[in-house]
Amino acid sequence: MIDVYAIETENLRKEFKNIVAVDDLNLKVNKGEIFGLLGPNGAGKTTTISMLCTILKPTSGKAFVNGYDVVKEQDKVRKSIGIVFQDPSLDDRLTARENLEMHASLYGVKEKKQRIKEVLELVELTEKADMLVKTFSGGMKRRLEIARGLVHHPEVLFLDEPTLGLDPQTRAHIWDYIRDLAKKENITIILTTHYMEEADSLCDRIAIIDHGKIIACDTSEKLKKTLKGESIILKVSDNKKAEKYLDNAKVFDGKIAVYVKNAEKEITKILFKLKRHKIDVYEVSIRKPSLNDVFLALTGREIRDEENNKKLIRRGPWS
Amino acid sequence: MELEAIYTIWLREIKRYLRAKERIISSLAMPIFWFLIFGSGMNIAMRLANTEVKYSDYIAPGIIAMALLFTSVSSGVSVIWDREFGFLKEMLVAPISRTSIVIGKSLGGATTALLQGLMIIGLSALFGVKFSLFSLVSLLPLMLLISIGFVNLGLIIASLMETIEGFQLIMNFVVMPLFFLSGALFPIDNLPYFLKIISLIDPLTYGVDAMRYIVLGASHLPFSISLSIITIFVFITSIIGAWVFNKKQ
Ligand SMILES: Nc1ncnc2c1ncn2[C@@H]1O[C@H](COP(=O)(O)OP(=O)(O)OP(=O)(O)O)[C@@H](O)[C@H]1O
Ligand SMILES: [Mg+2]
Repeated sequence: MIDVYAIETENLRKEFKNIVAVDDLNLKVNKGEIFGLLGPNGAGKTTTISMLCTILKPTSGKAFVNGYDVVKEQDKVRKSIGIVFQDPSLDDRLTARENLEMHASLYGVKEKKQRIKEVLELVELTEKADMLVKTFSGGMKRRLEIARGLVHHPEVLFLDEPTLGLDPQTRAHIWDYIRDLAKKENITIILTTHYMEEADSLCDRIAIIDHGKIIACDTSEKLKKTLKGESIILKVSDNKKAEKYLDNAKVFDGKIAVYVKNAEKEITKILFKLKRHKIDVYEVSIRKPSLNDVFLALTGREIRDEENNKKLIRRGPWS
Repeated sequence: MELEAIYTIWLREIKRYLRAKERIISSLAMPIFWFLIFGSGMNIAMRLANTEVKYSDYIAPGIIAMALLFTSVSSGVSVIWDREFGFLKEMLVAPISRTSIVIGKSLGGATTALLQGLMIIGLSALFGVKFSLFSLVSLLPLMLLISIGFVNLGLIIASLMETIEGFQLIMNFVVMPLFFLSGALFPIDNLPYFLKIISLIDPLTYGVDAMRYIVLGASHLPFSISLSIITIFVFITSIIGAWVFNKKQ
């Protein structure tokens, strides 16, 4: 087989009693990518990952992980992937090291001690290795789970909402680990998230998923380019006058916003025009559309983070 | 056979058991209570297959059986906690068969039950029950067998239960009757007819009787019959356990 994708799905579908959680999904993820599945609660991210990890059986369609069929070659798939589940999955009555040792034994890892030492160093938990996991903070547990997912040298690492319920600082810290391990371990990473900034800052490519369907899939840059609207924000001497002379301009917040296709290209033209009409320009800034704008344009809704307060609480007692 | 995986899962059960010190201590409270109230307090003699035995001797195997039952069922049922706290997924997604998970869980749970049983043996010795070396040695495999059966039973119940809410229900409506109707504390002959039927279906009845035979040299039923029934019980629960776990998880 030439050109094997890390992940490839063909009309992958999962139905529960009365809902279609994953709706004929077609996905190709290249080896070595950090690939993001971005979508709101209930979009079908976890269900997709569960099928790719052989935990759930697809209703129909096919999926291959590292070229192995997730239904027919479960064992090969399992050996070649690591996973950090959305919900905690550590044994918190054991120490960090014991959790890693157990994992290494379940996967038949050779040279366990050495490998465990490596992954502990990667997530900076060497000093806490012999403490019971129940004494760990949420961020430490998450790091330990990431380390555990790496113990058996997987080719693909799945991270289901790796930073859900963590404070912004811890979150940024975990992003660093993820970037770092993508480099050091040379693996493909599939992560799900409903944090825009997370997808934006980590992922090479992003699939936006809603109601079990992929509605867009590209690099963050290109996704944003699909939106016509970039805007140039100007602070000028005479808003009224500027609004009159510029196309697609609007006054808001005491500034003037000009909607254009490509801000970089058109900015000189606009500045020139203003100068010609004797309007002074004090400040200029360009506002690029965010992934949030992309999602809004595609679905007519926003991905709202408040919805997850429930989850934060749910994660609370044991994280 | 995935021996390393089975060993790993076994070891986890043992570690978790040994670390829950408070639970071990509190699990000894009830047996001590039984021995104090009924064992040494009441100096009645029991008739057991034409021999007279002291009541404390009579109930000692029953209390050992109680320890085995409680410990093994709850370690089987602990799969629910593994599921609730997520660790089950870690096992399920590993490249090992469901059957290995069941075997590891089952042997691990049975080992902890055995440890618990040994503590009760020590406790009964303190209360004056005498064990010969031979009876101790023959008790161990029997205790292990009984425990495996009941861990499997716990596993089956847990696999069929969707949530942890049902746990207390199981303890009250399955484990307690299994214990009280097993003849652990009093002969089942005195029970009303329909309870006696249940008693005869209760696998623990045969476990208690077989242990009594080993400890006291006398029992209600022939040893070979009790032992056969327990063996069949273990066999059936193992098959069903592995099957249900494969299907449900
Ligand atoms: N075991 C199940 N039985 C029935 N419905 C389910 C089951 N698991 C998931 N669903 C439903 O499938 C849909 C997709 O759920 P999924 O967990 O995949 O979403 P998600 O994108 O991971 O969301 P979140 O951001 O909340 O984690 C939801 O509507 C959910 O209610
Ligand atoms: Mg999810």
